[in-house]
Amino acid sequence: MTHLPLYQQLLDSCAALLLLLSFAMLSQRRVVALVNLYAVQGAVLAATTLLLAWRTGQDHLYVSAALTLALKVMLLPWLLHRLIRRLQVHRDTEPLLNVSGTMLVGLVIVVFAFSLAQPITRLASTATRSAIGIALAVVLLAFLMMITRRKAVSQVMGFLSMENGVLFGAMSASYGMPMIVELGMALDVLVAVLVLGVFFFQIRERFDSLDLHHLESLKEHQ
Amino acid sequence: MMHRLVHPVAAPFPMLLIGCVGLLLGWTVIGLAGLVRPRSVVLAGRLLFPLGALLGLALAVLAGASLLGGGIERLILPIGLPNLPMHLRLDPLSSIFLLLLGASSFGISLFAGGYFRVGEGTAPGLLCLQYHLFLAAMGLVLIADDAYSFLVAWEVMALASYFLVTTQHRIAEIRRAGFIYLLMAHVGAICLLLCFGVLQGGGWHFTFHAMRSAHLSLGWATVAFALALLGFGAKAGLVPLHVWLPEAHPAAPSPVSALMSGVMLKTAVYGMLRVGLDLLGRPVWWWGLAPLILGLFTIVYGVLFAAVQTDMKRLLAYSSVENIGMVFTGIGLTIVFAGSGLKVIAALALLATLYHCLNHAFMKSLLFLGTGSVLHATGERNLGRLGGLIHRMPWVAWLTLIGTLAIAGLPPLNGFVSEWLLLQSFLFTGHLPHAFVNLLIPMAMALVVLGAALAGYVMVKFYGVIFLGQPREAALARAHDCGWLERIGLTWLALGCVALGLFPLQVIRALGAVTHQLVGAVVPQSSSHWWLLAPVPDRSVSYEPLVFLTATLAVVLMTVLAVRLTYRQRERRGPAWDCGAGNLTARMQDTAEGFGQPIRHLFRPFFQIERELPEPTDRAPRYRVVVRERIWRLVYEPISGAVEGLANTAARLQQGRISVYLLYSFLTLLVLLAVALLR
Repeated sequence: MTHLPLYQQLLDSCAALLLLLSFAMLSQRRVVALVNLYAVQGAVLAATTLLLAWRTGQDHLYVSAALTLALKVMLLPWLLHRLIRRLQVHRDTEPLLNVSGTMLVGLVIVVFAFSLAQPITRLASTATRSAIGIALAVVLLAFLMMITRRKAVSQVMGFLSMENGVLFGAMSASYGMPMIVELGMALDVLVAVLVLGVFFFQIRERFDSLDLHHLESLKEHQ
Repeated sequence: MMHRLVHPVAAPFPMLLIGCVGLLLGWTVIGLAGLVRPRSVVLAGRLLFPLGALLGLALAVLAGASLLGGGIERLILPIGLPNLPMHLRLDPLSSIFLLLLGASSFGISLFAGGYFRVGEGTAPGLLCLQYHLFLAAMGLVLIADDAYSFLVAWEVMALASYFLVTTQHRIAEIRRAGFIYLLMAHVGAICLLLCFGVLQGGGWHFTFHAMRSAHLSLGWATVAFALALLGFGAKAGLVPLHVWLPEAHPAAPSPVSALMSGVMLKTAVYGMLRVGLDLLGRPVWWWGLAPLILGLFTIVYGVLFAAVQTDMKRLLAYSSVENIGMVFTGIGLTIVFAGSGLKVIAALALLATLYHCLNHAFMKSLLFLGTGSVLHATGERNLGRLGGLIHRMPWVAWLTLIGTLAIAGLPPLNGFVSEWLLLQSFLFTGHLPHAFVNLLIPMAMALVVLGAALAGYVMVKFYGVIFLGQPREAALARAHDCGWLERIGLTWLALGCVALGLFPLQVIRALGAVTHQLVGAVVPQSSSHWWLLAPVPDRSVSYEPLVFLTATLAVVLMTVLAVRLTYRQRERRGPAWDCGAGNLTARMQDTAEGFGQPIRHLFRPFFQIERELPEPTDRAPRYRVVVRERIWRLVYEPISGAVEGLANTAARLQQGRISVYLLYSFLTLLVLLAVALLR
């Protein structure tokens, strides 16, 4: 077995942790726990960014790490917790596909993502290139989560988790995106959560529930 | 390979063209001025519409000057998208149609000034804007020299007229008529868009100049011609694309119907001539068979349906369909002759076409305005509730009579001249170097004659039921004649009909520039007499309208005198047509349905008839007949059914569940990624 340097081992562990957290989110049905998992995922992402910043000496990655920490570990989980308290949602109803089934589909997706990432991995020259597959897998798993959930809050969690994956992918492939893009994305996510929060209240007011199947009545043909 | 004819060199300074552009701008400004006080009838009716009419007259004068000069003026205005300036051009073909637009809009606008009042529909000021935008857009269509400006103007024209048609937008039936019109206008516009796309021929330059010099293969040129025929045919009302006409014309206010039928349909004819004879260069002779056959069918179809209508504006709409058939028959003949190299005869056919366009603009506008006055005075469009109006509305009745006689094709009025010219040009098909065709086309002439004869029948019905006989409703006694502005407008159009009928030679000489431009020949004038119309020198056919008029007047005068002299002192006035029986009631006279019955009977396969006959014992018998077009069931319902079926199939994608929508994007993403992976 080849001997990897310490920081490389750390990075790979972080990546593995991210993937693990994605699966955890996919299976988690309690909404509060979901938010906590999201916060942990943000923390791991921030740690990875910090590690990379220290290793490669790219200053803007420090800023990015700080931003991730502030936004995804503190602000957004706090906002979401408050939202959940006020909306009184604690558990998601039975997902469209049961947990074990979702897990199996998730496995297939991870395999797909890794095979997809292979050519990119060969081309990239970054220290974290092996994590590109993981990043893709995180994005696709988050997407899967959005598909299988019924409650609006869980879908937003999926959306946020997907954004984590995108950020991680950008980092693995090319040490992050330009600062301005990253700032923009951070702002986007923040605004999205705020706007969706408003939507939740509207939806609940209208249908007395956050279950999205009520929106089916909005379609044109019955 | 198509080469265009060599045209005279352009004049150095486009003075007339700039004048025309200024007038079109003037129309726009007048329209906008209507918005200052949108609810004021006085501002729009007494000031803006007459002002617009004067601009129309000025446009006619400019166009006439350009036509007599025979030159070509060009102008490039840096308006529009970057690097896509507006190309404008004034040549004889544009000029003749601008003349038509200006001259007939003068009468129509004057009439409109007295016609529009505050109702429940669109406010007069807004109407003024739509009306003048419509006029300006039609003018721009005629002088546009690149596909981009042409289509922009074309669409502005369609939209402005759509809003005018739906003036009474609170009535569901009218909204539906407007929708059908808009739909057909868009189908046509798509065809035109594709047509210009083909015409540019790979050079990707969309000026008409580039299109003239583009080299198209025969196949592509044929495609372009077919698309133009479809696109312009939909606008003109060629059967089976005419379905919007009988819906939109009754729905629109009368001045708008007059403008649409009299002028807008002609812009489609202009487009057909522009593409078929100018942009495509020398046409292939068999292209002409398509407009010829469609035109002949349209003549018969239109006139048959006109004969069985009971709504006076619907009747006129079908009559427009018939006249458009005449015009397209003429275009078809022109193309057949021009493609076969018979230039002079092609010029004769083209002359008949253009002449008929001019005539129809005047006479059909006159008739539509006449029905507008009747509608205002009585609130009735149904022929079954009119009658005897000649006593209540003498101005309208007598002026409409001129239009009626003209459109029935009676000499010495204008309708006769163009139909006579068209029939003359039919007689030359024997010269065609194609077997069968030169035999079959003269037989098709019989259809034109049938159409002309039936048009006379239709007009007898139209005029007789509305103006003659006894009033069919008591309320008609309160009908009033039209106001002075309306009278001026009607008189102008009637004078146009008379002048075009009495001085054909002068008109034909002016049209020479157009025939020279399009088919490279002028109809020769053999005779040195200024009153003698003899278009074909080596034949002894000729027509002298003034002589005819003089003779007719002399005969009438002599008869009157003879009667007066013979029966002096023994005259008495009694009720007309009561055969001495007395006590004629309004229900004893022939009705619109009754008058159309023979046609309905003879040409039964054309119609889809629903009839309600009263019981013999019924005390208050009611007779009802509804005649529909089979074309709805044969052509349009299958199409709309197919579209709806497709739409319903596609609507299955809409599940209403967010999860399913997410799944769509997820699967799309996966498939795209997989494709990227496999490559």
